[in-house]
Amino acid sequence: MIARNLTHRPIRTALSVLAVAVEVTMILMIVGISEGLLSESQRRSRGVGADIIIRPSTSSAAQSLGTADIPQKLLERLAEIFPEIKITTGTALTTLGNLQTITGVDWERFTEMADGVHYLDGGPLKNQYDAIVDEVYARYKKVRVGDTLNLLNHDFRVVAIVESGKMSRIFIKLETMQELMGWHGRLSQLYLKLHDPTATAATITKIKALLPSYPIYAMEDLLSQAAANLRSMSAQSINVIIGIAVTIGFLVVMLSMYTSVLERTREIGILKSMGASKAYITRIVMRETLAMCIVGIVFGYLFAYSAKVAIETFFPLIAVLILPSWVFWGAFIAIVSSLVGSLYPATKAARQDPIEALAYD
Amino acid sequence: MVHDSIIEVEGLTKVYHMSGRVEVPALRGVDLSVKTGEFVAILGPSGSGKSSLFHIIGGLTPPSTGCVRVAGHDLTNMTDRERTALRRHSVGFVFQRFNLLPTLSAAENIEIAKHIAGDRQTDPRFENLLSLLGIEHRLHHKPHALSGGEQQRVAIARAIVNQPPILLADEPTGNLDSQNSKAVLTTLKTLNKELGQTILMITHNAEAAAFCDARTLHMLDGKILAEESTGRQ
Ligand SMILES: Nc1ncnc2c1ncn2[C@@H]1O[C@H](COP(=O)(O)OP(=O)(O)O)[C@@H](O)[C@H]1O
Ligand SMILES: [Mg+2]
Repeated sequence: MIARNLTHRPIRTALSVLAVAVEVTMILMIVGISEGLLSESQRRSRGVGADIIIRPSTSSAAQSLGTADIPQKLLERLAEIFPEIKITTGTALTTLGNLQTITGVDWERFTEMADGVHYLDGGPLKNQYDAIVDEVYARYKKVRVGDTLNLLNHDFRVVAIVESGKMSRIFIKLETMQELMGWHGRLSQLYLKLHDPTATAATITKIKALLPSYPIYAMEDLLSQAAANLRSMSAQSINVIIGIAVTIGFLVVMLSMYTSVLERTREIGILKSMGASKAYITRIVMRETLAMCIVGIVFGYLFAYSAKVAIETFFPLIAVLILPSWVFWGAFIAIVSSLVGSLYPATKAARQDPIEALAYD
Repeated sequence: MVHDSIIEVEGLTKVYHMSGRVEVPALRGVDLSVKTGEFVAILGPSGSGKSSLFHIIGGLTPPSTGCVRVAGHDLTNMTDRERTALRRHSVGFVFQRFNLLPTLSAAENIEIAKHIAGDRQTDPRFENLLSLLGIEHRLHHKPHALSGGEQQRVAIARAIVNQPPILLADEPTGNLDSQNSKAVLTTLKTLNKELGQTILMITHNAEAAAFCDARTLHMLDGKILAEESTGRQ
């Protein structure tokens, strides 16, 4: 009977299904893009292989990106003082706009710390104006080994394309970066790798005693803190988008069920004359809504998955991560908003006076 | 004898309150007593309150004043919920306009009445009834594919599938040609005679009442007039 009523007005049903699908898609995509960017940046940070990270003493978090205030000598001093440290490396980095960072590295030290880097093509940084990009950036900018890439107003030659997931998407030599930015002898961040990662906390305490003015973090702490910060920053805009999505689903379902109930006034009268209770009528409307909503959710999943594939194909720098928990929450939100939307039509139907309804044409 | 009176109506009035404080008195003191197993036909001009009387007896609307007892229930102070239960278990309606659900097949229309009443098991006698109604081979059709007479017989089957003690038929042949009317009236008569179904039928047509061998009552201006018998007693 539910199916019969829904297929009776295929366009209206299709519109409601579409609205729910759009609702689910919007929710999954906005959360998916935000989580995707986060997890991608975390993956790259983890890929460095460091246990401890030291940031500039002056830094507010915002400034730390794009300045270099840490004396480079500190790197060697720390390695001498603390036998726990296995490798140190420092980077100088700045942003390029469009959220990309370019990182100056001591390539040998970096690859050692990162347990090697997988070259898809080419080899290590050698000359002053060599650059290495990761596969995603290479695909996005359509560059190959041997191509020229203009970075920081300078032409670089791409010498390698590496597998993504380690620190940055664009690497140049540390000295080149320092020279171009006027950061002689200074670094943006220090990375320390320990012989024994379980000694991280203890080692940090010791380094802090020596360098009280520097923010020193365990990599894992920094990552989870960064994740929390990013999530709380994006929470508001995500909530707004989800709010819009929910409103669309709610309104379309409400309007659709309202007209459907109005149209079937007479049928409701018939059911009531047979002794159908208010609860029975309400259940009919709710079940129809739920059926429509579930089909909408399935389409929403399909749309979201297609959108994910499309985005990752055409905008490779954006990763979309559809978390299983949000697959659940997306459906849950859609169902709740649809059922709330059907509440008024259902109540209206249930309250119909049977005689008036039977006289209705 | 009280126990064999399945419907007892005394001094029943019904006033409809229209918008703008206009009051329409539809029933002005109706007395009626129907025994179990009776076939009562109610005749009267349109607007005389016949349908209003049925709507009250069938629990579609509350009485204004007066005493109404139906199948052992006092309808005077019934709540909406109690009237719903009365419609579910104690009466079956047949309307002039058939009122089948258009998206469901004949069988599903009957099925849903059972479902509303709580999906009790099919009475094996009901199968007989369907063949008695002559619609058993038309059950998978949608209403629009059935003739008026067939639709009305499906509606009758639906009205009695839960074996209500009372069947209320409001001009059941009003939309039918003479041949289909006859089929429907024959059906009702058979139900009454063979199964002892108590039936109240509104009709414009004295011949219909006579055909069904019914006790005939006349209504005018919201009252039941003198009673005549057509030889049933
Ligand atoms: N729901 C209603 N609201 C207002 N007036 C009504 C309603 N139903 C019936 N009436 C009025 O009550 C009177 C009796 O109507 P009804 O019971 O339908 O008579 P009948 O079935 O004999 O034609 C008529 O004047 C009619 O206009
Ligand atoms: Mg009438």
